[in-house]
Amino acid sequence: MVQFLNHEGEFRVPSEWAHYGEYLRKLTEADYLKFYRDMARIRRFDNEATALQRQGQLGLWIPAIGQEGAQIGSGYGVGPNDHIFPSYREHGVAITHGIDLMSILKMLRGVNHGGWNADETRFHLYAIVLGSQVPHATGYAMGVKFDGKMGTGNPEVDEAVITYFGDGATAEGDVSEGLLFAGINQTPQVFFCQNNQWAISSSSAAMIPAPLYKRGEGFGVPGVRIDGNDVLAAYAVTAKHMDDARAGRGPYFIEALTYRIGAHTTSDDPTKYRSNDEVEFWKTRDPLIRLEKFLRRQGVGDNFFEDVAADGDKLAAEIREATFALTNPPFELMFKHVYSEPHPLIEEQLAWLTEYEASFEDDAHPSTGLHNIAPEGGAA
Amino acid sequence: MSNYVDMAIAKAINAGLRKAMANDPKVLLFGEDIAELGGVFRVTEGILGEFGPTRIMNSPIAESGIVGTSIGLAMRGYRPVVEIQFDGFIFPAFDQITTQLAKLTNRSEGTLKMPVVIRVPFGGGIGAVEHHSESPEAYFAHTPGLRVVSPSNPNDAYWMIQQAIESDDPVLFFEPKRRYWQKGPVNLDTPALPLHSARVLREGHHVTIACYGPMVTVALQAAEIAAQEGTSLEVIDLRSISPIDFSTVIDSVKKTGRLVVASEASTFVSVSSEVAARVAEQAFYHLQAPVIRVGGFDIPYPPAKLEEVFLPDADRILEAVDRSLAY
Repeated sequence: MVQFLNHEGEFRVPSEWAHYGEYLRKLTEADYLKFYRDMARIRRFDNEATALQRQGQLGLWIPAIGQEGAQIGSGYGVGPNDHIFPSYREHGVAITHGIDLMSILKMLRGVNHGGWNADETRFHLYAIVLGSQVPHATGYAMGVKFDGKMGTGNPEVDEAVITYFGDGATAEGDVSEGLLFAGINQTPQVFFCQNNQWAISSSSAAMIPAPLYKRGEGFGVPGVRIDGNDVLAAYAVTAKHMDDARAGRGPYFIEALTYRIGAHTTSDDPTKYRSNDEVEFWKTRDPLIRLEKFLRRQGVGDNFFEDVAADGDKLAAEIREATFALTNPPFELMFKHVYSEPHPLIEEQLAWLTEYEASFEDDAHPSTGLHNIAPEGGAA
Repeated sequence: MSNYVDMAIAKAINAGLRKAMANDPKVLLFGEDIAELGGVFRVTEGILGEFGPTRIMNSPIAESGIVGTSIGLAMRGYRPVVEIQFDGFIFPAFDQITTQLAKLTNRSEGTLKMPVVIRVPFGGGIGAVEHHSESPEAYFAHTPGLRVVSPSNPNDAYWMIQQAIESDDPVLFFEPKRRYWQKGPVNLDTPALPLHSARVLREGHHVTIACYGPMVTVALQAAEIAAQEGTSLEVIDLRSISPIDFSTVIDSVKKTGRLVVASEASTFVSVSSEVAARVAEQAFYHLQAPVIRVGGFDIPYPPAKLEEVFLPDADRILEAVDRSLAY
C-alpha cells in the first residue's frame, strides 16, 4: 500500500514507491497548505450540509467525512485538460476543479438534477445509479484516443479521464464493462476506487472477495492500493497515472483505502451495523489530523490553522445564507431539455399545464406559482 | 428526375449508414460482430472495407458497456450508431438506455446532447430460438427522452437511418428483421417525410389500419384481400412510435370512423394501446365502432413452430375489420 505520511504525520518515501515520490518533489509549501485548506474547507462544508439537511433545508445529504485525503489529493493530481466522472460523494474533488458548492446543494435540495456545465468544468454530473458513470468515462476516454489527444507529448494537447466510484459500486456490471472496454481500447484513463469499507450496511470485508486493486487485472488494467487517508499518496499516485494515461501508457486502477466516518447518507443509521470501536479507531486515522501533524512538524503554526477555521466558518455562513435564499424552480423547467429537438407531446403537456396553473391565478403561491390546495378542496 | 434504385431493407440501411458516415466523420459504428462479418444480418457488410477500423468497430459482448461507452463518446462529440444483435439482447443495456441515455440531456439542463442511435433487429417470423423474435419497443416508447422509430420499407430504411443519426436526441431504431430481404425502390435524392411523420400508404374509406414495422406488409396484404371483397381499408404506417404522429391517424379516423391498430408486440400496455387511447380522447364522436387492437398475445414469444399462430396475419386483421364493421 502506497503511503508517504503515516498516521502520526511522519513523512517517508519507501524506495519501492520512489517513482510516485518523485511527484512530491514538485510540490511547494503553498501546495501543502492548499491541500490542508481544501480538506478542512470541504469538511466544514460537509458538516454544514448535514446540519442543513437536519433542518429540512436539503432533502438528503451525502457526507464524505473521512475521505477528504483521497479526494483532495487525487483531485489535484488531475490536470487542467483532463475530464472527471464522479459518483455522488466527490464534493472534495469538485472543489479542486472549481465547482460551485451551491450547485451540489441545489441538487440535494431538489432544485435541479445537477445543473453545472460538464463541458466547461470538465467535472461531469454526479451519477446516482451506481457504476453508471464508469462506461461513460471509458467511452469519453475512447473519444480522447480517437481524437488523437493522447501520447503526443504536448501537454497542451494530451488529455486523460478519471472516474470515481466506491467499493459498493464495484459489484455493478457497469464497472467491469467499463474496465473491459478500457483494457481493450487501452484508453487514457484512471479508475479511482475509494474503498470506504461500507456500502451502506454491507462491509467490504463481506462483499469484496479479492483485493479491489487487483480487480482490473483480468481486464488488462493494472492496479495499485494506496492509503486513501494520506493526501500525499492520493496526489502523487493519481498524478503519476494520469501522466501515464496522457502519454498513452494505458489505463490504471487505483484503490484508495479509506473510511466513511459518517453515515452513507442522512437517511442512514450506521450504529445498526457497525461498532463504535471501529469508528473511533478510524477517527484516529483521520486524514486531516495526519496532515496537520505533518504541517506542524514542518513549522506551520497556529495562525494558519486559526485562519483555516475562520475561513470554514465564513464558508458555512455563506452557504447557509445562500441555501435559505434558494427559490423553487418554475414548473416550466421540468419540461425543458427532455429532448434537444422539439417534441409534440412535451409541448402539448407544457401548454396544458400552463393553462391549468393559470386557472388558479387568484390563489397562486407567490414563490412557486403553484396553486394552494384549498382545505375545502375547491382548487383540486 | 429522381434517382430510384431497387434494394432490400438491409441494403438500404447499409447505404444510409454509409451516406451518414461519409457526410460526418463523427459518425462511428459499434456492435457485436459488425466489422468483418457485417453483423449477423450483414446489415453493415462492406463498411469496414470502405471506412476502415477507425469508423466501425466490433464490441465485446457487453450491451450495457456498448451503450454506456457510446454515451461517453457522445459527450465527447461523436455520433455513435450501435447495433444490438437481437431484440431480446437489449435488456442488459436497459439501465444505460433508460436511466442515462434518456435522461442526460434533461439532467444537464440541455448542455449535453445525446446523438446516439441504437439499431435493433426486432420482431419474429424467422423461425428463431428464444429471445430472437421479440418486440420490446413499448418499453422505450414509455421512456421520456428517447425517440423510437421503425421503418417498414427500403426507402424509409434508407432515409430514416440518416435522419436518426442527424438527430441530437437518442433514437431507438427498430429494424423489422423478417423484412430485411424485402426489396423496393429507394429514392436516393429526396427524403419522403420527416422522421416522426406517419404516412398513409393506401387510401380507403371503410376502416383505418394503423401499424408499423413488420406489420405493415401484413396490413397491406389484408387491404388487398379486403378490396377483393369490396371493403376499402386505409393503411397507415406510423413509422415513428415516439413521438406518434396522432394527427395523421385521427384525420383518417374522422374519415373512416373505424380503427384497427396492429403490431407484433404483446397487446397489453402496447403502442397500439396508446394509439387507441388517444383516438378515443380526440376522435370519440367520429368513431362508429370501438378501436380494436390486433397484436401478439400476452405470453412469452412462443417456440418457432408456433409463431405463425402468435403473429397477427392478414386473416387476424380482417377478423378485426369484420368485427369493427359489424359493430
